[in-house]
Amino acid sequence: MRNWTHYEARFGAVGGQGVVLAGAILADAAVFYENLKAVTSPQYTAQVRGGATKVDVIIDTQEILFPQTYIIDFFLAMSQRAFDRYVSDTSPDGTILIEPSLVTDYSKAPAKVYAMPIILLTKREVGKMVMTSVVALGAMVAMSKVVSEEAIRKAVLKNAPKGTEQLNLKALALGLEWGNELIKKGPIYRPSKGE
Amino acid sequence: MPQPIKFYQGNEIIAHAAVTAGCKFFAGYPITPSSEIAAEMAHLLPLYGGSFIQMEDEIAAMGAVIGASLAGAKSMTATSGPGFSLKQEHIGFACIAEVPVVVVNVMRGGPSTGLPTQLSQADIMQARWGTHGDHPIIALTPAFPEELFMETVRAFNLSEQFRTPVIILIDEVIAHLSSGIAFPTREELTIIERTKPSVPPDQYFPYDTSFGLVPPMANYFEGYNFHVTGLSHDRTGFPTTNPDLVHNDQVRQHEKIYKNIHQIEKWEEFYLDDAEIGIFAYGTSGRSAMDAIVRARKEGIKVGLFRPLTIWPFPDDPIREKLSKMKCIIVPEINLGQAILEVQRVLGPDIPIKGIHRVAGVPIHPREILALLKEINNEL
Repeated sequence: MRNWTHYEARFGAVGGQGVVLAGAILADAAVFYENLKAVTSPQYTAQVRGGATKVDVIIDTQEILFPQTYIIDFFLAMSQRAFDRYVSDTSPDGTILIEPSLVTDYSKAPAKVYAMPIILLTKREVGKMVMTSVVALGAMVAMSKVVSEEAIRKAVLKNAPKGTEQLNLKALALGLEWGNELIKKGPIYRPSKGE
Repeated sequence: MPQPIKFYQGNEIIAHAAVTAGCKFFAGYPITPSSEIAAEMAHLLPLYGGSFIQMEDEIAAMGAVIGASLAGAKSMTATSGPGFSLKQEHIGFACIAEVPVVVVNVMRGGPSTGLPTQLSQADIMQARWGTHGDHPIIALTPAFPEELFMETVRAFNLSEQFRTPVIILIDEVIAHLSSGIAFPTREELTIIERTKPSVPPDQYFPYDTSFGLVPPMANYFEGYNFHVTGLSHDRTGFPTTNPDLVHNDQVRQHEKIYKNIHQIEKWEEFYLDDAEIGIFAYGTSGRSAMDAIVRARKEGIKVGLFRPLTIWPFPDDPIREKLSKMKCIIVPEINLGQAILEVQRVLGPDIPIKGIHRVAGVPIHPREILALLKEINNEL
């Protein structure tokens, strides 16, 4: 059973890392395989690559009126710049997942921080760097349970370009496995409770 | 049968609606945050037997859609702030020459190149008065996926029915928002085509008002040869400076819109029936207002929303009818005060009207509207 009626996820990165697509796949899973309502709202800068980029995925059991965020339940940060710029809206009860080779200062995190070497793992286990965002998406779903593993698997398959299905599924499985492990291992950082 | 639900971005929805409405020609010059409309039209138009051209700039693109429309093709272009500025000259031409075209303006932060990737609602007055001279204009402000589809179809219908440019005025958030939508099929829609002449070519005049306020429009290359100009003209389409003819034609062009305003006006109401506080908002700010209203109602605040889908011509009568009994009005908009001026004009000085104006490239958050609602409610 779901313990929420409204869920907000934010994937922050630099342009080119593929998080806008990851957001679209998550929303796809929510709408088509979980019968929820979802919208994705991207933000990027004028640079094609290298600018701070984010996508907000709003998932609700009812029609979504305001299509942007109130307070983020899950924040994925794939770059320091995106972390610095977009982390502050995260709920104290929320979850933050970082790529530790690119996000090194998380001392301002308002919620517990988990670290996963997404880029290294993708390079080593999947071989194709374009799969980074799918690996991250898998971890996010495993940790948040916002959609089922079955739903995200179907959505990833649906969005995979022809010929890349197996690679996408491999990347997703890797993310899911690591996400489940991370929950067991616990966060690397917890914000101190108010003064 | 509606088509299955799929995930589409706002810009893509407009493109799909356009081809469903019968759009056969798109000319454009890519500009964020409207580029996906051009990209999707380039993909779709060949499938629908139409043509797509990327022109050398926005001015040329506007010229191309006017030409295509004169040749009989329902035509559209799409742009954002800087490109909308460039198109104004030709929009004026389309007004005076009475050429049906649809122009999408995805509003981003300005002036000039401003905030290319972030939203604003600061082109409301430009849509009305951007091109010089007295001219009526129709501008639509859809905010939800289904509305983007239906209002795009309506934009084509209105442009054909009234021989006029129609502006679709959305903001970057609405344009880039993706959500699930099932498109209606053409058979489920009302599609209006321009009125063609009922007389033979030798008796045809392109601005013949004996058939009503909107002269029948022949397509080029169908045997009707006629002159089109940006100069004031008589019924033949050739220039005139005859004071009576010039005046009467300008008045007629104004009246073809304003005497038919009730066919053009459209708005949505949200919790307005028992409301004591009214909100006037459109686009993303309209959606922020709806969210704030749902929360405010849970706290017993009687507030409702008037959300225009036609912002030009301004819905004077409906606003007077729906909002004149309110104790206070709020107008949130992502500009420093544009539509609020019109609301003030319509409702007069007796009702307090408060604006929320922020031009930071981000939406006005429902929290801000809710905070003002609580403040006002405490004073009621």
